[in-house]
Amino acid sequence: MEKRVKFKGIWLPLLLVLPQILITAIFFFYPAGQAIWQSLFIPDPFGLSMQWVGLGNFEYLLSDRYYRASFITTAVFSILVTVVSMGVALYLAILADRLIKGSGTYRTLLIWPYAVAPAVAGVLWLFMFNTRVGVVTWYLGLLGYDWNHVLNEGEAMGLVVVASAWGRISYNFLFFLAGLQAIPRSVIEAAAIDGAHFWTRFRTIVFPLLSPTTFFLLVVNIIYAFFETFGVIHTITSGGPQQATTILVYKVYSDGFVGQDLGSSAAQSVILLVIVSLLTVIQFKYIERRVHY
Amino acid sequence: MAEQTGMVEKRGAGLWLTHLGLIIGVAFIFFPIWLAFVASTVSQPEIVRPPMPLLPGDQFFENYSKALTAGINAPVALMLGNSLFMALGIAIGKIAISLLSAFAIVYFKFPGKKLFFWLIFLTLMLPVEVRIVPTYEVIANFGMLNSYQGLILPLIASATATFLFRQFFMTVPDELAEAARVDGAGPMRFFFDILLPMSRTNIAALFVILFIYGWNQYLWPLLITTDPSMNTIVMGIKQMFPSGDDIADWPVIMATSILAMVPPVLVVVGMQKLFIRGLVESEK
Repeated sequence: MEKRVKFKGIWLPLLLVLPQILITAIFFFYPAGQAIWQSLFIPDPFGLSMQWVGLGNFEYLLSDRYYRASFITTAVFSILVTVVSMGVALYLAILADRLIKGSGTYRTLLIWPYAVAPAVAGVLWLFMFNTRVGVVTWYLGLLGYDWNHVLNEGEAMGLVVVASAWGRISYNFLFFLAGLQAIPRSVIEAAAIDGAHFWTRFRTIVFPLLSPTTFFLLVVNIIYAFFETFGVIHTITSGGPQQATTILVYKVYSDGFVGQDLGSSAAQSVILLVIVSLLTVIQFKYIERRVHY
Repeated sequence: MAEQTGMVEKRGAGLWLTHLGLIIGVAFIFFPIWLAFVASTVSQPEIVRPPMPLLPGDQFFENYSKALTAGINAPVALMLGNSLFMALGIAIGKIAISLLSAFAIVYFKFPGKKLFFWLIFLTLMLPVEVRIVPTYEVIANFGMLNSYQGLILPLIASATATFLFRQFFMTVPDELAEAARVDGAGPMRFFFDILLPMSRTNIAALFVILFIYGWNQYLWPLLITTDPSMNTIVMGIKQMFPSGDDIADWPVIMATSILAMVPPVLVVVGMQKLFIRGLVESEK
């Protein structure tokens, strides 16, 4: 795809792209290159020299019990966040889509948490489940349940999953509702006339037609759970207890900035980089193909 | 229409159940924020002796003015200013450089264009989180720790906006550029007088998305603003919690959380149409 009409000149366009080139080179390509470069070295403890280790950092990481545990934690966390936020959003979108009037009002009421930062969402949920003052903790105590996400690994995971999914419902709801409203009424009505009940209609017509939206959201939500939930985890659990909520991004941060283990942190960055690239490629490939239509 | 579509939509009891389901959903979304608001209007003793009240108290003014003027490490008014500056810087900066480079890519032929195009395409996929340590080193070497440039520049180094504008410019009829050329108008004249006004809606939609993106940044400000007076509000909340066993000043912290939400929420609700448009287009 090219424009037929072009302006003349070589210096002007170069000048126009210069700001973006400079910023991208300095703040994107150079650091990304550095991450790859640093991943091949181990700095000595005084930071004076670097020792070439080739793929040593990677080998070490892949055999490291904690790193492998972090992989599994990330997988469990991302899948739970994605399933919970997409499930709730789809359910609400189906309900809103059934209304003739008022779906716009619900949309307004449901979309604004998109604007709440993950870190703020973390503080809100931390407050509700705080072991000392949390309202939910207190009422759970009345029911005889002793909530303590500071000590209990499963509860810590549950809390960061719910806090992360909570803020994400709006986004998924918006896309699901748009997807549902794009399905021609006549198709669904034809099925209804043939006697297909709600669940049959959903399974055989609505859900297949919704598959491009669902697939797109699946990828986007996994990327969200991988990276943008850092704020939730940092505010609620700081990766604990016993690293039970240390997802990969959190580990890059804690090894690189808290533990000052630069070689390992850089190698972890490179691994993340590969994972995101893969996800993006998958997304581009399938979205091109539109999954269903 | 309503009469004809009655077959699929719910009526009577079904309709009420549909509303009930949605209202439960809305309540689930609102509950944490309601509690935060209540906590920001009561006194500390009311919170530390659970259960806290579920209806607002009378300390609204005291808590918010304490947060805004004194805060805990730095006045929250200052942090709000930093966040505003950062969010505007990211939104305006990214839109400006992207408009210029998209214009160059679409309307000119120049050496290295293909290479440039692919280079920026690469940046589409990598969030700042995967290159934090080296990016931090770059900023430190430039002496940009605790500065607005340091907060803003690394976050505008991506090409999402460039792609969006490129797509849009491709749909602008060729006749317009042709006419401008025949009239003897130079490329920059065409850019400012024709292309820019035509892109208004796209710019506004993108602005909404980028403003929220910038406002809600957490990890990056956490790393590079060690001076409390440079903290942004979203990262500053966590810094308000005491280390060790002291009890947090919950009313002030919750007032700060509410203050941190208000600007981006107002933007989303106030510019809902643009927001939805921006969201859908920037994800395409």
